[in-house]
Amino acid sequence: MDFKRKHLLELKGSTREEISLILDTAESFKEVLTRPIPKVPTLRGKTVVNLFFESSTRTRISFELAEKRLSADSVNFTASGSSLSKGETLRDTARNIEAMKIDMVVIRHCAAGAPHFLTQCVEASIINAGDGQHEHPTQGLLDLMTLRDKFKTLEGLNVAIIGDIAHSRVARSNIYGLQAMGAKVALCGPPTLIPLEAQDWGTEIFLKLDEALEWANVLNVLRLQLERQQRGLFPSIREYHRLYGITRQRLEQCKKEVTILHPGPINRGVEIESELADSEYSLILNQVTNGVAVRMAVLYLLSGGKGSEELEAE
Amino acid sequence: MAEKVRQQIMDAEGLNRTIARLAHEIVERNRGTENLAILGIRTRGVSIAERIISKIHAIENTRLPLGILDVTMYRDDVFKKIQQPLVQTTEIDFDIDDKVVILVDDVLFTGRTIRAALDAIIDFGRPTKIELAVLIDRGHRELPIHADYVGEHVATSLQDDIEVRLKQVDGMDGVFLVKSLKVN
Repeated sequence: MDFKRKHLLELKGSTREEISLILDTAESFKEVLTRPIPKVPTLRGKTVVNLFFESSTRTRISFELAEKRLSADSVNFTASGSSLSKGETLRDTARNIEAMKIDMVVIRHCAAGAPHFLTQCVEASIINAGDGQHEHPTQGLLDLMTLRDKFKTLEGLNVAIIGDIAHSRVARSNIYGLQAMGAKVALCGPPTLIPLEAQDWGTEIFLKLDEALEWANVLNVLRLQLERQQRGLFPSIREYHRLYGITRQRLEQCKKEVTILHPGPINRGVEIESELADSEYSLILNQVTNGVAVRMAVLYLLSGGKGSEELEAE
Repeated sequence: MAEKVRQQIMDAEGLNRTIARLAHEIVERNRGTENLAILGIRTRGVSIAERIISKIHAIENTRLPLGILDVTMYRDDVFKKIQQPLVQTTEIDFDIDDKVVILVDDVLFTGRTIRAALDAIIDFGRPTKIELAVLIDRGHRELPIHADYVGEHVATSLQDDIEVRLKQVDGMDGVFLVKSLKVN
C-alpha cells in the first residue's frame, strides 16, 4: 500500500494498513541500526527542524538520531534561548524557519493542536512529537512495535494503561493505535485521573489495580505527571504508590505473565517499583531502541508521502 | 496508442542452463570457492543467488553464504516515483571483510540499482573484490557499470520491459521481452 499522508499529527483515525506499513518499514530501519556503519543516505538533502517548546530528552534525541541515521540535515530549536522568549508567536517562528527552506518540522508543544495549527501556516510536513494532553503518535507507534515484536500480533492482546490517563498524550495515542490494530484496551487509575471523555473510547475502566492486573497481558505504566498536578487530584504520592504502584509482590499475587511498558521518564518508586522497571517483565529499553526505528520510518514515509489530493492530480 | 507484444526469450530449461553456466563461470574465474560470498538484490536477485549457490554446491560441494540486500534506502530516485517503494530488510549475517562478493541481480539496465547496492555493501565492510552477475543485460546504461557474468544480452529499446519470472517468486520460470509497438 502507498502512504498518502503528508503529516503525522495523531493516531486517531489511522487505519490498520497505515500503521502496519509504518511498523514494517520500521523493522527494516531497525536492521540499519545494527550495522557497522548505522547510516543510510535515504534522506540526503532533506532538512528537518526539531522545534521543541517543551523539555524532552528521549524524544528529542530519538528524533535527532533518526534524522542523522537517514542522512537528513537537522536543526534544533529549544524554547529557551530563542526569540520565543522575546515574544515571537508560534506562527511567526514557523514562517521564519520555513523561509529558510526546510522539508519537515518535528514539533513538541504544551498546547494541544499546535502541530495542526502549523500545517495551516507552513508548507513543510509536520510531525507531532507530543502536543499538550492530546497525542504523542510516535510514542504510540513505538509501543505498538515493541508489543508486536514480542507477541507477533496485536490482535486480541489485553493492554491496561495505568495511571494518569487524564494528563497523558501517550495514553490517547496508545488507545487509538492499539484499537486500530485489534487489541483490547483498559484504563486503570484513580477516578480523578480518568477523564470524562474516556467513556467514549470504548475501553474497559478499572478503578482497582488488582482487577486490571487480572485482566491484562500488558501493562503500559504511565508517568505520574507531577508538573501538571497542582490541583491535588490525589492525596499523596505515597498513597498513590500504595494503591496504583506496580510492585513485584503485586504481580506475583496475580500469578500471571505480564509485560511492562513505560514511556519514560520513570518516577522510580512512584508508579513502578524501581527494581521492577529493570526486571525481566520490562520492555522499557526495547521501547527506546524501537523509538529510533519508528521515527526513521515516519520520516521516510512522510518525506515521500504526498497529500492525497496531489496524488489524484498526477 | 502503443500496443504491447510479449515474447518469450528464455524458457524454464534455458533459464536453468544459463544459471548453471553462471555458476561454472564464477567458480572458474575465482579458481574455486574460497572466500566467495553471494549477495542477492531483492527480490528476484535473491532467488537467482539461491540457485547459483545450489549449482555451485553441486559442482564444488561447498555451500557459499548468502546475503540479502535491499537497496531502497540507497536509491537516488526514491522520492521521484509516484509510488514510494517499500523498504525491506537487508540480511547479511556474515562478515564481508576480505571476501570476494558476487553481487547477483536479475536484470541489468541503467546501472543505478547496482550503484546503490555498491554503496550499501561498502557500509557493511571492505570486501577484497566485488563482482556482478546478472541473468539479463538489456543495455542502456546511465553509469559506468558492467557485469562480470551475464546470462544473456538482450537488445531492447527504452520503452520495452524485461520480465523475469522465477518459481520461488512467481510460480513459474521464464524470461519475457515486452515490446511496445507504435500503432497509428
